[in-house]
Amino acid sequence: MARSAKEPDPRQEVAYLQGDGAAAGTLSGLHARLLLLPPYRILVTVLKRLGVSGRNAVIAIPYLWLLAFFLAPFLIVLKISLAEVVVAQPPYTPLFVFVEDGFIAIQASLENYLFLLEDSLYWKSYLSSLRIALVSTVLTLLIGFPIAYGMARAPKRWRFALLMMVILPFWTSFLIRVYAWIGILKKEGLLNLALTQLGLISEPLTILNTDIAVYIGIVYSYLPFMVLPLYANLEKMDLSLLEAAADLGCRPIKAFWVITVPLSLPGIIAGSFLVFIPAMGEFVIPDLLGGSQTLMIGKTLWSEFFNNRDWPLSSAVAVILLLVLVVPIMLFQRMQEKTAKAEG
Amino acid sequence: MKQGASWFNIASLVVGFLFLYLPIALLVIYSFNESRLVTVWAGFSTKWYGEMWNNEGLMNSAWVTLKVAVVASTFATFLGTLAGLIMARFGGFRGRTLFSGMIYAPLVMPEVITGLSLLLMFVAISLDRGFVTVTIAHITFSMCYVAVVVQSRLVSFDRSIEEAAMDLGCPPGRTFLQITLPVIAPAVVAGWLLSFTLSLDDLVIASFTTGPGATTLPMKIYSQVRLGVTPEINAVCTILVGLVAAGVLVASLVTRRQELRREMEERAAQAAP
Repeated sequence: MARSAKEPDPRQEVAYLQGDGAAAGTLSGLHARLLLLPPYRILVTVLKRLGVSGRNAVIAIPYLWLLAFFLAPFLIVLKISLAEVVVAQPPYTPLFVFVEDGFIAIQASLENYLFLLEDSLYWKSYLSSLRIALVSTVLTLLIGFPIAYGMARAPKRWRFALLMMVILPFWTSFLIRVYAWIGILKKEGLLNLALTQLGLISEPLTILNTDIAVYIGIVYSYLPFMVLPLYANLEKMDLSLLEAAADLGCRPIKAFWVITVPLSLPGIIAGSFLVFIPAMGEFVIPDLLGGSQTLMIGKTLWSEFFNNRDWPLSSAVAVILLLVLVVPIMLFQRMQEKTAKAEG
Repeated sequence: MKQGASWFNIASLVVGFLFLYLPIALLVIYSFNESRLVTVWAGFSTKWYGEMWNNEGLMNSAWVTLKVAVVASTFATFLGTLAGLIMARFGGFRGRTLFSGMIYAPLVMPEVITGLSLLLMFVAISLDRGFVTVTIAHITFSMCYVAVVVQSRLVSFDRSIEEAAMDLGCPPGRTFLQITLPVIAPAVVAGWLLSFTLSLDDLVIASFTTGPGATTLPMKIYSQVRLGVTPEINAVCTILVGLVAAGVLVASLVTRRQELRREMEERAAQAAP
């Protein structure tokens, strides 16, 4: 029923386009007068004839942009993943070839995909990315939950400042935050310096260029993505439920597991998606903090593209990664839609 | 028992924020180090800032980055605001599921996929890589962030004011400009700032979609970081962190003040007979 209210009345719209009723000097007056100029008028008439209303035109602008620059590129990736690499500009074979007699032949091969199956480097990269992304998501949850919990239970007047403090690192450059860890983790870095001075270790630890450094990097970079949805969820929680549990003799630890955790599940899931999906294809962190033995598919794709210049093969790598991620991405979209509706 | 729980809360906050801020703080501190070595403190010095200023390559890429960020975030704010409005106000229409998918997917899509696919498309339509292509790429992913910010602002705002205006004969376009836009203005500003920093920050997508002559600052930083940590890069990073921190603080103060003023005006309007 709310729909009918915002469905524009066509008569009103025409009046608006003709500039009737728009006060001179206002922005909309100027707008209306602008629409009276012949080129606009013709365009508007043509659009009206074609059945394009103002509402559809508004939808069309961002829609077409996303179709052209987000969806269409994926189809091109799919197309090129079926091509073969050649030394040319661009470095792949065309999908459609004109042959004699005016026929068009389709040249497609699944060779790249077969190669991905044969060469253990690729499936090992996928599995290793999956492992690293899963472990980092769990670690981020374990570290993020107490922070979000502490924020949600802090006095009300502190909460805005605490929220700003979680958001602020998110606004500072990702690259810089990863880079900062190199100086801390390397052999002659600050962490080893501090630990030797405290007498905790005698030999410097090797952390940089190992998987541990990658975990630290991912947890650090993605922590705000986990804390923010968790906080939003925990803050809204009805605390009287906990009081009721305590009155009935439930111990706080048990109440936490039986009440707080199940109620914060939507926050946990949203945060986990926000960490897991991008971490799966992460390039910067494994490249700067990981070692040569750290396999991650984002890094493999990058080197396949920039170092080996094999565009078709890197396209195939991207297609498979997208297939792995399509289910989590769709679940994430569903959840976002639901929360957006619940807020309204 | 209660006391113990709150001590736990305070401890987890302190440890959490130390973890978040210590690396950045160390980076800032060591940008003022006299010595080239990271772990040796040899006294306070600002010489790395001077060297950074004289590094022409670095300054050129900073300029390119700034131009891309301003243009991209402006377009992204326009497109993203429209998209957020459509998501929050337009109800159902044909292709809505696809639309919302295209809004939410870029938020989590691994950057290597977005970068590669955009590059391959630019090659397929033989658009020369450079400033324009990087800007298009940045508009595409940051408009989705703007859309989400604007949408969440719109769903929490009472639409009956808009409906009242339209019932009184105000055309939809004018209702948007005179009623909706002023209310969602803080979200639009926040969206612009968010796109600006996202664009300033992006390494992966820019590396794929840029061409010769349009090297961005993150690409420059990245190529130097691979050679090793230098105080000069620390200096660049410190300036970037400082700029962003100042921008965010000012923006949040401004929006908070606007919000307070709006609330006061609303209360005054309600109090008037």
